[in-house]
Amino acid sequence: MNSLRIPILKIGDVLIASIQIALHDASAVQFKDDLLQKIHDTKARGVIIDLTAIDVVDSFIGRMIADIAAMSGLMGARVVLTGLQPAVAITLVELGLELTGVLTALNLEKGLAVMQRQTDQAEESSDGTG
Amino acid sequence: MAQAKAAVIRSDLDIVIARTLARDTAKALGFGAIDQARIATAVSELARNIFLYAGSGSVTVREIEKSGRKGIEIVCEDQGPGIANLDLAMQDGFTTSRGMGMGLPGAKRLMDQFEVKTKEGEGTTITCSKWRA
Ligand SMILES: Nc1ncnc2c1ncn2[C@@H]1O[C@H](COP(=O)(O)OP(=O)(O)OP(=O)(O)O)[C@@H](O)[C@H]1O
Ligand SMILES: [Mg+2]
Repeated sequence: MNSLRIPILKIGDVLIASIQIALHDASAVQFKDDLLQKIHDTKARGVIIDLTAIDVVDSFIGRMIADIAAMSGLMGARVVLTGLQPAVAITLVELGLELTGVLTALNLEKGLAVMQRQTDQAEESSDGTG
Repeated sequence: MAQAKAAVIRSDLDIVIARTLARDTAKALGFGAIDQARIATAVSELARNIFLYAGSGSVTVREIEKSGRKGIEIVCEDQGPGIANLDLAMQDGFTTSRGMGMGLPGAKRLMDQFEVKTKEGEGTTITCSKWRA
C-alpha cells in the first residue's frame, strides 16, 4: 500500500513537519528517511516536529523520535518536539520511554522561539571565539 | 453487555486498526483521555509483537463488568513461535529483535491486569484489562 507522505516545510533554516495522520510503522520509517535527507539537502539547523494530532506514541514511534533526534544532532540540526498531548506524555513515561535529550515546547510558536534561542546562543558562542 | 470486537493482525496497518478499535471502545465505555491513551498504547505494543514475532494473529476487545464496575478486556492471540523465556521477556530492555524491549513490560505497566500464556511452538495469548476509575 502506498502511504501518505508527511510534508516537511522549510522556513529559514528550520524544517517544520506536522504529523497529522496516525503513523503506521512503514510511514514512520519513511518520514525518518525523508526528514534526514531534507536536513542534508537544505543544511537546516533546526527541526520542529509537531505532534498535536498524534494520540498514541508507542515504543516504535518513540524510538523513531529518539533516532531522529540523535541523527539530526550528528548532522548539526536540533530537534524540538511540539504539541505533545498530556495523555501522550504521561503514557510515554509509564511505558518507560523518557526521550531524554529531546527538546520540547508547548506549541509550534513556542517551538520556534526555543529554536531561535538555540541558534542565537550558537552564534554568540561562535562570535566569542572569533 | 456489548459484543466483543476483533481485529485481525496481518500487517503494520492492522496495528493502527487494532489500537483505534481499543481506543474507541475505551472511549465508549467512559474511560478518560489518559486511560484511552494507555489502553491504545498497550494494544499497539502487543499487536506489533504479534506482527513481528508471530506474523499474524488477532486482537479482541470487549467490555467487562465486576461488582458494578466497568472495564475493558483485551485478548491478543497468535499461533506463532511462543516466548522462549517469559521471565526474561517481561524485563525492561530484553529484546530478540533489536527493539527497545519495552513492549511487554511497558504494556503491563499501562494496564491493571496482565496475563501471558505462551508455549513454544504453539503460540501466545495475552489477556489484559483495565478498570474504569
Ligand atoms: N507474540 C509473541 N510471540 C513470540 N515472541 C514474542 C511475542 N511477543 C514478544 N515476544 C518476545 O519477547 C521479547 C520482548 O518483547 P517486547 O515487546 O518487550 O520487546 P521488543 O518487541 O523486543 O522491543 P519493543 O517492543 O520495545 O520495540 C521480544 O523481543 C520477543 O523475543
Ligand atoms: Mg515489542
